[in-house]
Amino acid sequence: MMLIPCPWCGERSENEFTYIGDARRKRPDTSALEVSDATLQAHSDYVFLRDNPKGWHQEYWQHTSGCRAHFKVERNVVDHRIRASVKADEELPTFPEGR
Amino acid sequence: MTSFRLDQGGLIDRNTPLNFRFDGKAYQGFQGDTLASALLANGVQLMGRSFKYHRPRGVYGSGSEEPNALMTVGRGQEQESNLRATMIDLYEGLDAQSQNAWPSLKTDIMAVNSLLSAFLPAGFYYKIFLGSANFWLLPEYFIRRAAGLGRPNELANEDDYQHHFTHCDVLVVGSGLSGVAAALAAARSGASVTLVDEHDKLGGQGLWREAAQREWLHEALAELADYPKVRLMSRTTAWGHYDDNMVACVQVEGDPGKPLSAHQPRARAWHIRAKRVIYATGAIERPLVFANNDRPGVMLAHAGAAFAGKFGVLVGKSLVLATNNDDGYSSARLLADAGAQVHLLEARDQVSEALQDSLKGSNVELSLGQTVLSAKGGSNGVSAAEIGGLDGKSSRLINCDGVLSSGGWSPSIHLHSHTGGKAEWRDDLQAFVPGKRLQEGVAVGAAAGLFATHEALASGWQQGITAAQDLGHSVSAGHAPTLDIASIETSPIMPLWSNPKPRKVKGKAFVDFQNDAGSSDVVMANQEGYRSVEHLKRYTTLGMGTDQGKTANINGHALLAQAQGRAIAEVGTTTFRPPYTPLTLGAFGGPHVGASFAPIRRTPMHDLHQDAGASFVEAGMWMRAEWYTRDDEDMWASIKREARQVRQAVAMCDVSTLGKIDVQGPDAQEFIQRLYCNGMKTLAIGKVRYGLMLRDDGIVFDDGTVARLADNHYYMTTTTANAAAVLAHMEYHLDVVWPELKVRVASITDQWAGMAVAGPRSRDMLQAALPHIDMSNEGLPFMGFVDTELNGLPVRVLRISFSGELAYEVHTPARFGPQVWQALSETGKDFGLMPYGTEALGALRIEKGHVAGGELDGRTTPADMGLGKMVAKKKDFIGRLGLLREGLNKADRPTLVGIMPADGRSNVIAGSQLTEEGQVGGFGSMTKSLGWISSAHFSVEHDCFVALGFIDKGSERIGQTLFAASPVDDEHLPVNIVSPHMIDPQGERQYG
Repeated sequence: MMLIPCPWCGERSENEFTYIGDARRKRPDTSALEVSDATLQAHSDYVFLRDNPKGWHQEYWQHTSGCRAHFKVERNVVDHRIRASVKADEELPTFPEGR
Repeated sequence: MTSFRLDQGGLIDRNTPLNFRFDGKAYQGFQGDTLASALLANGVQLMGRSFKYHRPRGVYGSGSEEPNALMTVGRGQEQESNLRATMIDLYEGLDAQSQNAWPSLKTDIMAVNSLLSAFLPAGFYYKIFLGSANFWLLPEYFIRRAAGLGRPNELANEDDYQHHFTHCDVLVVGSGLSGVAAALAAARSGASVTLVDEHDKLGGQGLWREAAQREWLHEALAELADYPKVRLMSRTTAWGHYDDNMVACVQVEGDPGKPLSAHQPRARAWHIRAKRVIYATGAIERPLVFANNDRPGVMLAHAGAAFAGKFGVLVGKSLVLATNNDDGYSSARLLADAGAQVHLLEARDQVSEALQDSLKGSNVELSLGQTVLSAKGGSNGVSAAEIGGLDGKSSRLINCDGVLSSGGWSPSIHLHSHTGGKAEWRDDLQAFVPGKRLQEGVAVGAAAGLFATHEALASGWQQGITAAQDLGHSVSAGHAPTLDIASIETSPIMPLWSNPKPRKVKGKAFVDFQNDAGSSDVVMANQEGYRSVEHLKRYTTLGMGTDQGKTANINGHALLAQAQGRAIAEVGTTTFRPPYTPLTLGAFGGPHVGASFAPIRRTPMHDLHQDAGASFVEAGMWMRAEWYTRDDEDMWASIKREARQVRQAVAMCDVSTLGKIDVQGPDAQEFIQRLYCNGMKTLAIGKVRYGLMLRDDGIVFDDGTVARLADNHYYMTTTTANAAAVLAHMEYHLDVVWPELKVRVASITDQWAGMAVAGPRSRDMLQAALPHIDMSNEGLPFMGFVDTELNGLPVRVLRISFSGELAYEVHTPARFGPQVWQALSETGKDFGLMPYGTEALGALRIEKGHVAGGELDGRTTPADMGLGKMVAKKKDFIGRLGLLREGLNKADRPTLVGIMPADGRSNVIAGSQLTEEGQVGGFGSMTKSLGWISSAHFSVEHDCFVALGFIDKGSERIGQTLFAASPVDDEHLPVNIVSPHMIDPQGERQYG
C-alpha cells in the first residue's frame, strides 16, 4: 500500500486518496459559443484519450479522506515510486532522463 | 501400535501430556508438539487423501510448505478446515478430522479415481470442453463430489478478529540464525525492530540442529526481548509485501478449533510499515521425483530430521534417504544419531572427502551414484524401496520403513517477488534467489542462497547494521557473532529433476502432491503445446493448490525446461503472489463485519419514523423509511394508502438524505452556470431551480435543485446516491480545471434535515403552521423559497415538487429536524397529514414521469429523457461539447416513455426488455430488444402498475402495444406505450 505525499498533509496511506487521472491532459477552453473543429477534437481527446506510459506518469490525486485537495504526483507505474508531488496549480519539477 | 517417540530430545515438554483425537480415536502427545508430530509419534502415517485421485497421503514436510496433511479441526462453531497438520500446535482436547475421504480415511471409495488416472490427465477440463458441452455433465456429476478439500462449518463466524497498524525501522521476517542476527545488529545500533516468525517458537531450525546454534539463539533472543524498541512476534506469518514497505501479517491468537477465552481474538491482522525489510525467510526443501513418491512414509529429508530434532519423533527405524546435495548428509547424520539406521543414497558419483567424513561414527551407510527409483507401500506406510543407479538399471529392492529425499533447497523469495522483484537463477545452487529489487527489502541467509551457518549469521548481521545505519542509527553493534561450527568443504549440487522409473513399476511420480500433478503431466502439457510456465501451471494445475507449489514449482519448471532442452533460467518461474500461506478470511475482515461493516447513517428524524411503524431500507449508507405500517396492513396497503394521501390530501416524507452542498464566493454564479446544463444565470435571489448536471462526455450525471440565497451564495441539493460524487466533481473542476474561479464548496448534507410536504392540502396546512408567511401562489410561487421560523426554529421552505402535486420542502438545521417534523405533524392532524416512505415516493414520481436513479444510468442524455429543451444554447457548461457527439444525436436513440400493462392489472417488472414479439424465452431463442424498463411501481391514480422505460424512437411509439420480456422471471407481458407524464401532463397541480 503506497505512501502518498500530500503537499498539505504530508505522507499518508494510499487508502485516504482517490486516483483522479493523467495530469498532463488539459481541458481546453470551451468558453467560445462557436465550437471549432480544433476545440472539439481537443475536448474529445481530453475526455477520452489517455496515454499509458510504462514508467513515469504525472497524475492527479485527491486527498479524499483528508484535506480533499487535488494535487499532482509523479509516479512510476511500474514500481509505484513517487518522486515528486506538488499542489494542483504548480508545475512538477523536471528530472533528468533515466532517473 | 508402536510408539515412534524417542526417549529424549526435542523441544517438547514431556511433563505436559496432551490428549487429542483424530478421526474420533484418542491419542496422546506433548506440549510443544504439532498435530503432525503427535500423530507420527503415535504411529499414524495416513493423514489424508489427495485432491484428485484420492491416493493415501502422509505428512510430507514439517512446516508451512506441507502439501498433504490437511485437516479439519474443531467442531461446530469452531470447526476450521484445510489446516496444515504441521502448523497446528497441539492443545488439550484438540479434535481433528481427515478430509476428502468417504466413508473413512482407510477405506475411501473414491480411491477408485486413482485407477482412472489415465482418464483424468493434465488438461482434463480443457479437453472435455473441446467436445460437446453436454458431455461435460456426466463427469461433472462425479468430479464435483470427488474432488475437493475440507468443508466449512457453514455457520456464521462469531469469533473476534482484530486489525493492528504499526511502524518500525527494521522488520525482520523469519527468526532463524540470519534473522536473529539481523534483528540483533539493528537493535544494538539503535533502530526499532520487529521480528516475526510463523512458528510458535522463535529460533528456527537452529534450536534443534546444533547445540552451539541453540545457545547463541537463546542468548540473542533474550537480549532482544530486553530492548524497549524491539517487538518479537511468534505465530505471525508475513504473507504479503506491498508498496512502500507495507508488510501484511496474520498472527494466530486463538488455536484453531479451540473455543476462545473471553476477549480473545482468533487472529490479528497486522499492517506493518517498515523503513527496511529483511527477508530471513529461509528456504524450502524440494523432494526428488520418483515413482510412488507420495506414499505415506515418504517425506522430505529435512522433515524427517525436524520431527526427530524438534519433536523427538523418529519417523522410521530403517530409513532410505536419497539426496543430490550436501544437506542430505546432516539430515542423515541427525536421524542416525537419533537411533535410525540410514541408507544414504547419494546421486553424485563423487563428493568431497570432508563430506563423507562427516558421517563417520554414525549409523549411516553411504552409496554413491545411487538413488531411489520407487517406493513400495500402501496406506500404512512404506515397506521397501527400489534403489539403483541414475540409468535406472541394476535396481534392487531394500526393506525400509521410511523413504526420505532431498532434491535441493529453494530460497523463499516470495516476499521479494510480491513487490515486483525479479528471481535470478543460480546454477551453482540450482535455485532461484532474489534478483533485482524494487523495494527496500533485502534477503539474508538461506533466503539469499547463503546456506552455511557462518554465511547466514554474517549476512544477517551485515544487513541489520546496514539497515540501521541507512536510517541514521549509528550506535556500535559490537562484533559480528561467530559460532564454533566447522564449515565443511561443499560439493556442488547435482541437477536431478526426475528419477528413472523401473520397469514393471506402476504408479505416478508426483511433482505437485496437493494437486496430483506428476512428471508425466508436465511432459504431456509440453507435448500438447503448453510451453510457457504460466500455461503449464494452468493446464496441469501445478502450483495451484493451497500450498502454491512450495515443494513443487521448481521441479515442475525444471522438468518443463528439460523436456524443451532449454535452461531453467530461460524457462523462468511463475510469479509468487500473496498470500504466502492460506489465511483465515476472518483476519481480513477483522472487526468490520455485521453492523460494523460500514457506517449506518440515520436521519435526525429516524426515531420518530421508528415510532410511527416505519420499515427501513438501506439507501447507500442511509436508513430510509420505506413505508409506515398501520394496524394490520400489509406492505402494499401501506404504500397505496400513503401514495393516495399525497394525491388526495397531504403527506410528509423525510428527504434529509438528499445531498446538500453550500457554494460560496465571488464566482459562485459563474461556477453554477458552468456546472448545470440548463440556464442558471437568471436565477434570482429567493428562487430555486431544477438543475441537470452532465458529465463532460454529455451524459447526464445528476439532478437536483439550486436555491440562490444571496449574490454569491447558493444552496444545492443532489440525489442521495450521488452526493459524494457531485461534491468531488465540483472540487475537481475548481482545483484543476478552473483554479481561477474564486469559489468554495462544502458538503452540508449532515447539517440539514429536510422534509417534503406534498398534496393538494399542503398549502393550507403550511399556512396554518406558518401564519406569518403568505403561502398563496403569489406569495410563494412554484420554485420560490423563503427563510423563516417555525415555532421559533429556523426553516427554509422551498416550493418544489417531486411527486407532481402541489408540494413544498421544509429544510432546517439537523438538530431541529425532529422538532420541526413534530410541529408539522401536530398542525397536520387537522389536514389528514401522514408520513410516507420511499416506496410511495417512487410510485408518485414514476406516475409523474420524473426521472431518478433508474433513468440516470450513465447512458442517457437530457434529450433521451425528454429534457432536451432544458439544455442551454447560449452558455458554456460541462458536457456541452460532449453532447455534440454524433452518437448522442441519432434519431433512433432510446427515449423515455411511459408503460402500462395492456390488461390493466399485471405486474410490470423493472429490468424487462421491450420487444415486438410476444414469445421470448427458452434457451437459445432470440429476439431484438427495442428498449428496457428502468423503473416500475403501482399507481394509485391508475389503479395498476405503471413504468418508465427507454425505447427506440420512443415518442413515435406512443400508442403501440409491445411486450415486456423478462426471461429470468419467465415473463412476457403485453404493454401499452404511453406518454411518460402519466398524470397531470400540463402540471396544473404543481403550479396551481
